[in-house]
Amino acid sequence: MTADIQNAALPPLTAPIGPRPVVERTSYGMLIWRRFLRHRLGVLGGIITVAIYVVALFCEILAPTDPEAISPRALYTPPQMLRLVSTAEDGSIRVHPHVLGYTSSVDYNSGQRSYEPDPDKVIELGFFVEGTPYKLWGLIPWDRHFIGTVDPREQVFFFGTDRLGRDVFSRTIYASRVSMTIGLIGVTLSLVLGIIIGGASGYFGGWVDVAIQRVIEFLQSLPSIPLWIGLAAAIPASMSPIHTYFLITVILSILGWTGLARIVRGKFMALKNEEYVIAARLDGCRPPRIILRHMVPNFLSHIIAVVTLAIPGMIIAETSLSFLGIGLRQPVVSWGVLLQEAQNLRSIAAAPWLFAPGGAVVIAVLALNFFGDGLRDAGDPYAK
Amino acid sequence: MQNNPLLSIKGLSVSFEENGKRVQALNTVSFDIPEGKTVCLVGESGCGKSVTARSILRILDSNADIDAGSMVFRSSGGTDVDLAAFKATAPELRRVRGNEITMVFQEPMTALSSFHTIGNQIIEAVRQHSTMSEAEARARTLDVLNAVGMPDAEARLDAYSFELSGGQRQRAMIAMALATNPRLLVADEPTTALDVTTQAVTLELMRDLQARFGMSILFITHDLGVVAEMADEVVVMYLGEVVERGPAERIFKAPKHPYTRALLEAAPHYDRRREGRLPVIPGTVPPLAQRPKGCVFVTRCAYAIAGRCDEARPPLLPGDTQSQCFFTAAELDARAKTAPAAPVLDRAPEPRAAPKGAVLKVEGVSKHFVKKAGWFGRASRAVRAVSDVSFELREGETLGLVGESGCGKSTLGYTLAGLHETTGGRIRLRRDGRLDDITHLTEDERRKVWQDMRMVFQDPFASLNPRMSVFDIVAEPLRVGPRRISDSARLTARVHDVLDKVGLDPVLADRYPHAFSGGQRQRIGIARALAPNPKIIVADEPVSALDVSVQAQILNLFRDLQREFSLTYLFVSHDLNVVSNIAGRVAVMYAGRIVEIADTAQIYYAPRHPYSAALLSAVLTPEYQPGRPPRQRLRGQPPNPANLPPGCAFAPRCPFATDLCRTTVPPLEADGEGRLTACHRKAEIELSGLRETAEVGDAPRRALPVRDREAAHDPVS
Repeated sequence: MTADIQNAALPPLTAPIGPRPVVERTSYGMLIWRRFLRHRLGVLGGIITVAIYVVALFCEILAPTDPEAISPRALYTPPQMLRLVSTAEDGSIRVHPHVLGYTSSVDYNSGQRSYEPDPDKVIELGFFVEGTPYKLWGLIPWDRHFIGTVDPREQVFFFGTDRLGRDVFSRTIYASRVSMTIGLIGVTLSLVLGIIIGGASGYFGGWVDVAIQRVIEFLQSLPSIPLWIGLAAAIPASMSPIHTYFLITVILSILGWTGLARIVRGKFMALKNEEYVIAARLDGCRPPRIILRHMVPNFLSHIIAVVTLAIPGMIIAETSLSFLGIGLRQPVVSWGVLLQEAQNLRSIAAAPWLFAPGGAVVIAVLALNFFGDGLRDAGDPYAK
Repeated sequence: MQNNPLLSIKGLSVSFEENGKRVQALNTVSFDIPEGKTVCLVGESGCGKSVTARSILRILDSNADIDAGSMVFRSSGGTDVDLAAFKATAPELRRVRGNEITMVFQEPMTALSSFHTIGNQIIEAVRQHSTMSEAEARARTLDVLNAVGMPDAEARLDAYSFELSGGQRQRAMIAMALATNPRLLVADEPTTALDVTTQAVTLELMRDLQARFGMSILFITHDLGVVAEMADEVVVMYLGEVVERGPAERIFKAPKHPYTRALLEAAPHYDRRREGRLPVIPGTVPPLAQRPKGCVFVTRCAYAIAGRCDEARPPLLPGDTQSQCFFTAAELDARAKTAPAAPVLDRAPEPRAAPKGAVLKVEGVSKHFVKKAGWFGRASRAVRAVSDVSFELREGETLGLVGESGCGKSTLGYTLAGLHETTGGRIRLRRDGRLDDITHLTEDERRKVWQDMRMVFQDPFASLNPRMSVFDIVAEPLRVGPRRISDSARLTARVHDVLDKVGLDPVLADRYPHAFSGGQRQRIGIARALAPNPKIIVADEPVSALDVSVQAQILNLFRDLQREFSLTYLFVSHDLNVVSNIAGRVAVMYAGRIVEIADTAQIYYAPRHPYSAALLSAVLTPEYQPGRPPRQRLRGQPPNPANLPPGCAFAPRCPFATDLCRTTVPPLEADGEGRLTACHRKAEIELSGLRETAEVGDAPRRALPVRDREAAHDPVS
């Protein structure tokens, strides 16, 4: 409570009564967080995004089987639905996770093999079952899978199989690691470039600003897809997949930083004229301190929102490149690489479940967009 | 109260949802608006005046609800419409809104659409509520624009809002509100954003239109001077409740509610009696969510009695004015008499100290902003924000810098503080006994100057970094720069000491600016300015954004700090009442030049420059003076600093201008008694300022019309 200033003509006849005004404790960051929590779609998007990253982190444990395992006898099998309840012949009901196996039959006229779920073939499922061994993150050897068949000789295909009999579900899960992190690494590179270049442009102004803006405009006017194709084609095919992976991220960042730089520049120019920044200058701060201590915390939330909205762009860019065959290639799996399987009409007609990775892309992109929208609305003081 | 009022509001209660909680914005508000009269709704921030206005027109935000009450409007058909009874979008209301009840908003720039011409907007309003054709509506719009005194109305019909000046935009808004011949005009702080002289003209216009059109006005304002000027009846609100209402004369002469009394006492006033510390209302308006139990004013009332005033809501006492208090006026007077005598703090005006040396010398300083135009930036126009300003700032004094918006006072303040490079002239600062030239310094050298010359900004919300705690904000000048304190214990001690000196509890140092009120934030800003022990503080409109009762607290704080730390102030403001309270000398600026410098009393009571006289004539004070002589009207607008006329910039508007004035810029010259005046005719013309009163009372105190001595034959003015 403010100390009472002496009241010269009207002395307080009594001590002040009634509740003292409360000065709340929360920091500005907490205010933004609370505002974000009220945005329900944003929170939902955030939860799903975090869930997808958890999946990407623990993909070896979560996938039922080895993504490269080929099953020649189960080519293009349809997805098996997870069932929980089964009725035995005597009418008793059992609750246990299981799927039904297939009986296959060949239509000799068309040469098509078709699969029917067979209620007699019950494939028991369990949690944390023993399965194909793997190395978690390439380091820790283990063999437990979150969900899988109890009998290790049997197989379960939640999303069906592809032309080589590989489990699409496991492949989609493994691919999430590459697709989601390529987005992160690409965006981080863009962010660093964008903040440095955009910050210099916005803070110093003058010819520095003019020169940088012209470069940005030039880069943005280049047609992006042919440029990517050209750059990606320049990568020698003999390069290892990991090196290709990193080069792809660098390529994506080369054009991606321009948008962030412009936003950072705009924010710097707006903040430079804020009274508290002028006050910081009057306090005796030098430009690095003004930028880092006074300006950056004020646009950080906005940048986080923009970055969160930029990641889906990266994901889609990588998916598109790989789908076209000029991005990542086998044996590295990303959602784009998986979608290459769905490139021709015949396979789509025969096995529409090959689109499952596309569904994963849609979910991831939507979740990130909602999350980013929520963050941006929370950090934006003028939004209602 | 009239028998058949135009609008009768009874028991109106409005609440809205904030952060999941229900907050009461209005609590059983009741008052009447008689026909053909002006009712002023007065109050400080959070009192609910804007909410009341918007409730009448039913344009509240979607999260607000009318909980109870009625607003019975006697519409032109003879029927009574209860505005509270319908849904906001009901056709009955749409017939009334914009047609019989119209509204004028505070900020004309945001209230007018930038995408449509003025004419189009007014025509739309007209055609919405009538069956006129486009041509008829256009003719009517032209009529209305002429009625509001819009210069060159025919051309303005096709102008956009950004092409007009502030005063013209406000006239356009008023025209739009009048176009449908309303019976009630709701004006929400329509002149707050305008200059003093423009405000005077706009208020006169509204009174004139009210008489001509016979409409009622509900005038919402926080400025008691405006209330004194406009009101027939006054409704005083505090924290969503009506605390007193009655005829204007009674409210000003014999206020009954403690809040009304305290508000009138606390308003800064140019009267010499008030040169001492202002009587303040202690504390701040509580936030709506922390509404006190019992009487709303109990947390700040000097007459509150525990157990009575904080238990139940007081009744509305009848009388000349109706006041919501447990005690009658007689009881309050009796208690005030028996109270222990107040500690009298410097009641007598400070004795004129021996003139001390100059601590800052400004010599011919100019600041021109050069706008490059053309292909290679060759053709350029200069915005002459400040031209050839010279004065001395003496140690320990407060120099007030007054002028209207666009006169360059803020630019001058920033230039002196070293934020802008001067275009010409010299600034010298006294350091270690020598006068050092600080005009052109490197950034490093400027940092040393900035430890001695600090700045307090106008906007308490924008001048504090929202991401830094109060401690960090105040400690920042002590963490960097030549006077930094490296020892963290000493730093903490110093910060707590400074916070205590400005009246903030050091316990709150870890909180963030958004948790504080406007007045408290301004105290934080002052603490930040004080932290490195400066000699000079440049205050750029430090109280303009604050409520009246808080202004008084901050002005007292400035005084106390000046005495305790021997500070020198350059106090920039547009509010002549505020400046008269705190400044010993006043400099008046117009179009980038200083036109007059003199002691406060000299300028207020005997100005020598026609512009000073015009400004004083337009000042509104919180005194009820029905029989005042007509105000001098200052025609035209201040010149565009990019396109100044040759010669004296005031010549186009000056009633005494001669050819010499129009060709040669008058120099700022000594005028006897230590005054400086920039006018060619200062020896010839006789101007009148505000008249001094011999005693406390209600003698009119208005500026008399200026008189040209050579032309005067009639000795009585």
